Amino acid sequence: METTNFIYNLINNDIVAMVIIGAMPLVFLLGYALLAILGELKISAWIQERLGPMRTGPWGILQPIAEVVKLLQKEDITPDSANKPLYNLAPFIIFTGAYASYAVIPFSSHFVPAGINLGLFFIFAVGSIATIGIVMGGWASSNKYSLIGAMRSVSQIVSYEIPGAMVILSIAVMASSLNMQTINHQQGGWFWNWYLFGGPGTLSKLWVIPFTLGLCLIYMIASLAETNRIPFDIPEGESELVAGYHTEYSGMKFAMFFFAEYANMFVVAAVMTTVFLGGWNSPFGSFLNGPFWGAFWFIGKAFFIVYLQIWLRWTLPRLRVDQLMFVGWKVLLPFSLICFLAISFFRMLN
Amino acid sequence: MTQYFKNVWLGLWTVLVGMKITFRHLWEPNVTVQYPKEQYPIPSNARNRLQLDTTLCNGCNSCARACPVNCITVETMRVVPDDPEQPMIADGSKRKLWVPVYDIDFAKCCFCSLCTTVCPTFAIKHTTEFEYSVYDRNDLFYHFTDMSPEKIKVKQQMLDEYLAKEKAAKEAAAAKKAAEEKAKAEAVSVKVTEEPAQPEETKE
Repeated sequence: METTNFIYNLINNDIVAMVIIGAMPLVFLLGYALLAILGELKISAWIQERLGPMRTGPWGILQPIAEVVKLLQKEDITPDSANKPLYNLAPFIIFTGAYASYAVIPFSSHFVPAGINLGLFFIFAVGSIATIGIVMGGWASSNKYSLIGAMRSVSQIVSYEIPGAMVILSIAVMASSLNMQTINHQQGGWFWNWYLFGGPGTLSKLWVIPFTLGLCLIYMIASLAETNRIPFDIPEGESELVAGYHTEYSGMKFAMFFFAEYANMFVVAAVMTTVFLGGWNSPFGSFLNGPFWGAFWFIGKAFFIVYLQIWLRWTLPRLRVDQLMFVGWKVLLPFSLICFLAISFFRMLN
Repeated sequence: MTQYFKNVWLGLWTVLVGMKITFRHLWEPNVTVQYPKEQYPIPSNARNRLQLDTTLCNGCNSCARACPVNCITVETMRVVPDDPEQPMIADGSKRKLWVPVYDIDFAKCCFCSLCTTVCPTFAIKHTTEFEYSVYDRNDLFYHFTDMSPEKIKVKQQMLDEYLAKEKAAKEAAAAKKAAEEKAKAEAVSVKVTEEPAQPEETKE
């Protein structure tokens, strides 16, 4: 544990160190969520040649704070016919599921909240908790739109976790590890050592590069579906389902759903950064490499993925349910299986 | 099978094309005009809030009669001939009527521009002012007259005095005429056999 976490070295008291480590991702998450909300507003505006929020603070940069304050002040409504315990529990379960993933995200070479050996597996495991929360919220709202949204969300997440898991499995085969720190260490050096470009190795890895690029693409698509982002936002398709599973939620409970969505966006971006983009490694060898710069590179790369997600959101229309299932089962799954077989073969040869 | 691969490829390719388009739009200049701070120039012939030039209005009431929604109220008062002010209309002619009340109800106004068309002195005109929303509907009654209540009272008094004087003069004239007619009738009755009396002027 001590090798992966500088805070244990700084603070001798284990309990205090644990509390600090547990709180650090939360602080980061809150700041990141505000930034991501602002980014979403601004990028969507710029893509549509608008200005976006301009009145709250200089260039509207205080807009996300204003929105959080607004959500805090709003009345917390529970529908009469709702199943109250489940209804009130759902947002917390969703947020817990999203936040639990931060435990294994390697922010820097010297900081992982919990450097466990099954990091990638853990992320997939706790990522599924969000599904329970979504079903809970959708069902307990006793609203047909919420229920339809929840059911759609579950079918979508189940369909897309399989290709996503195949991708992760392929990289695990390649790296011979599920520990995210180990995977990051393997991708050290220049950017051609990233698993996006076949991982470290000699020129013989050239033929495997198309497969790793394909895997990266598949993971990108699958992660969009897992976080319910456009073009896979059918669980909360406004034109069909009002707001999907969180139609009935208001105030801070709605904000929890909102935060969980952004938190999940960062989690999938972090996974993608770790397994494909070299994690906290500098793209240029030893240039700007080190624990502190590692955090910079890691967060920078993850933010780029988040930016990609926002960019895609304002590019693509929403898919139909059957199209979604077609993409998940008939396109992503076979392609990910092919890539998995190719990479296993490559691993066998080396 | 080839169709399947074609579709997959097309799906990916069109996403890239779309992303290229949105990326280009990301850098295009914004079209937003931050309205209250800045706004597009309004054409000079725009038909927005009306403005009355009280120095030009001669109180002819044409606008009120032309108005299709009856949003203009004009009340006028004669200017007495011996008014010490000897008021002039800004176009140089002598003022015949005071305009103590000239109200426009902009809640009703339909901006048809008929009043400006019929105005003989071009006193009523459209401005480019359109931001005059108010919370109370009564605030949309615009009172355009430049006469103070005191002035209206003074002028009304002058007019009343003048009218009273005029009435008195008329009565005197009528009494005089009646007396003359009586005398004439008497004269006629005297020489009744002679030619009949000439028809008298009864006007005034």
